[in-house]
Amino acid sequence: MTSTQTHSGERKPGEHPLNPKLPFDIKPRIKAAVADTHLRQSVKTATESKDRNRADAFRETFGPRYDQMRDLAGRIKQHTLDHLDVYLERFVDQATEAGVQVHYAADAEQANAICTAIARDNGCTRCVKSKSMVTEETRLVPALEAIGVETIETDLGEFILQLDGDAPSHIVTPMIHKDRRSVARAFQRELGAPYTEDPEQLTMIAREYLRQKYRQADLGISGANFLIAQTGTIVICTNEGNAGFTVHGPRIHIALAGIEKIIPKRSHLSVFLKLLARSSTSQPLTVYTTFITGPRREGEHDGPEQVHLILVDNGRTEILARSTRELLRCIRCGACLNTCPVFCTVGGGHAYGAIYSGPIGSAITPLFKGLENYPDLPHVCSLCGACAAVCPVKIDLPRHLIRLRREMVTDRITSRRDRLGYRAWATLLKRLPLYLVITTIQRYLFRALGKTGAKRGGFNDRRWIANLPGKVGGWTRERDLPTPTSSGFRTWWKTHHKKRMQPRR
Amino acid sequence: MKIALFITCLTETYYPRVGIATVKVLEHLGHEIIFPRAQTCCGQPMYNNGFHDDARDLARRMIRVFEPYETVVTPSGSCAAMIRDYYPSLFQDDSDSQTAAETLAGKAYEFVELLVNVLNVDMRELGVRWEGTATYHYSCHLRGLGMTDEAIRLIRGIDGLEYRPMDGFDRCCGFGGTFSLNYPSISGNMVRDKVHNIRETGADAVICNDAGCAMNIAGACRREGITVRCVSLAEIIAEGLGLLDREDAL
Repeated sequence: MTSTQTHSGERKPGEHPLNPKLPFDIKPRIKAAVADTHLRQSVKTATESKDRNRADAFRETFGPRYDQMRDLAGRIKQHTLDHLDVYLERFVDQATEAGVQVHYAADAEQANAICTAIARDNGCTRCVKSKSMVTEETRLVPALEAIGVETIETDLGEFILQLDGDAPSHIVTPMIHKDRRSVARAFQRELGAPYTEDPEQLTMIAREYLRQKYRQADLGISGANFLIAQTGTIVICTNEGNAGFTVHGPRIHIALAGIEKIIPKRSHLSVFLKLLARSSTSQPLTVYTTFITGPRREGEHDGPEQVHLILVDNGRTEILARSTRELLRCIRCGACLNTCPVFCTVGGGHAYGAIYSGPIGSAITPLFKGLENYPDLPHVCSLCGACAAVCPVKIDLPRHLIRLRREMVTDRITSRRDRLGYRAWATLLKRLPLYLVITTIQRYLFRALGKTGAKRGGFNDRRWIANLPGKVGGWTRERDLPTPTSSGFRTWWKTHHKKRMQPRR
Repeated sequence: MKIALFITCLTETYYPRVGIATVKVLEHLGHEIIFPRAQTCCGQPMYNNGFHDDARDLARRMIRVFEPYETVVTPSGSCAAMIRDYYPSLFQDDSDSQTAAETLAGKAYEFVELLVNVLNVDMRELGVRWEGTATYHYSCHLRGLGMTDEAIRLIRGIDGLEYRPMDGFDRCCGFGGTFSLNYPSISGNMVRDKVHNIRETGADAVICNDAGCAMNIAGACRREGITVRCVSLAEIIAEGLGLLDREDAL
């Protein structure tokens, strides 16, 4: 199955929504996303309600201690990352002890190669797979299909996307950009199911289909939400129970996990499970939490014969550098996406052009794929800080975006025009006389362009501009631009100050 | 208390009445206001866009200009946040400058923050009376300052003012400085959402304590054809105390 279809169903030959031609040009995606009013409205409604429910869930459970919880979670993750070598080693020892075959993949290609080799060696042909972002990174499904392993996504959202040749747009809610009608059409077309838009019936169709796939599968592939160093346990959180079916039924289980998924102890899990479920879906816990510590043991009835874990680096050790390390705290809860006004507006249209979207995507995609390849991502943000305020592990996302902007300037990725422009602007601001001169020019120029406006006192008589050329034209296409008032604050201060000083003389 | 005013470039040029109101209210409360003439811009546009050498120069300038004063007030949340949240981090390799930056950060306040958290001003005791309905937009940078409902508490204490809470009052209006010029269609959609929410409240005025947000919101209200007055809390208080003529702004 090729993934060359966008949400609206139009085929874009050659360009995968999440693996576009580089450097990535965000403009056409923004244009398309903004133009699709129906899509924009539905994504906005969905994300806003998720964001509200998240806030309510935390308020009810933790009240004012919410921030302490986030602080604790952030510190545990940061500590683990600061000593990742130690904890990785401990995890590998414990997991190996439990019978897990641990592999290490430096990049996406290696991860896929290890995975396909295991499948081939064991003669696997039918694979069921639960949701995993790291396999999206490595593009594992096409790699498996290329060697003849039928691979079925079992997370309902991912299953629908796979059927429809579409790509995920949200870390947690991958099909946030799709509506019932497109699902109904895909089920009818691909599964030969009778057309229905009823969510319950659609779910039943998927369930019937997937149950059969689970029974036939000889390979189960999953991701991992947490890896517990103390015990060598792989923890997977789902709401549909599909990870359970995926990892317990087939004779081989392969889990893929980024190296940052480690947490030191079992007891730390209580912090993260509470925060993950509430941050993602405002639940106290996800419906299913699957713990895997090794393969089936003697005398046990079920479980796979082999459990493999592939620890995937794929750019992560570089992010471990001091200035970006904090970004690896991310537990992929999606809260920053739901609260982000930019994601709400364009997130449904795969506007970020990468596996990870929203604020966290804007911060890590340039690190994974090269800043020069994604020059817009650090900038497509109003720096409102809503993401940092909801992050359960307290990643200061706006600060990371600003750091990337700075790197663009120092690495001269920023255009020459912008570099000269900002330098010139700063030069004017550094000297009072120049500052006063440009303020005055600005005042007269804009007021001359301003057509309408009420006549009031000189300190509140702004006019309005409805149409400007060039870059400022972007502003006036969307809204009116107020002009400066005919007199500025300094003028008032001079007279006010004089008046005030007189009685004292 | 002697308080130095940092007017900010946008307020100075586009919203002088906000500065006037700030001065009048603080003087009414018995404080002496000083306006250091040498001030220009805090460097936020440079900082936000990655031009940190220039931002650092401007920060040094600001630190020098406000060095003599004990308290600094500004009628803009985002410029206050620039000083408080970001100045110290600009001088990580220069401990003297960093100390100076932290000193400025420690004495700089946004206007509402100063009223509520430092001066403990009570609108009722002060006798502020302002007839009308108003809603409130929470500017994003207040988050960085650790501010939550300070403005709302003041608003609720104003006699005659009917406060109409707004859906998504703390969602970004889409200004974001140069963001509004670089991604106008996203910014435009964000501000139209804001205008929609303002309209839903049916209020006559939207209180907005940041010149950037005000330019954006007022411009969008005008374009969308809704008549709502975009006003700062400083102006409302000044009008409510009879320090400014409300007719001036209508």
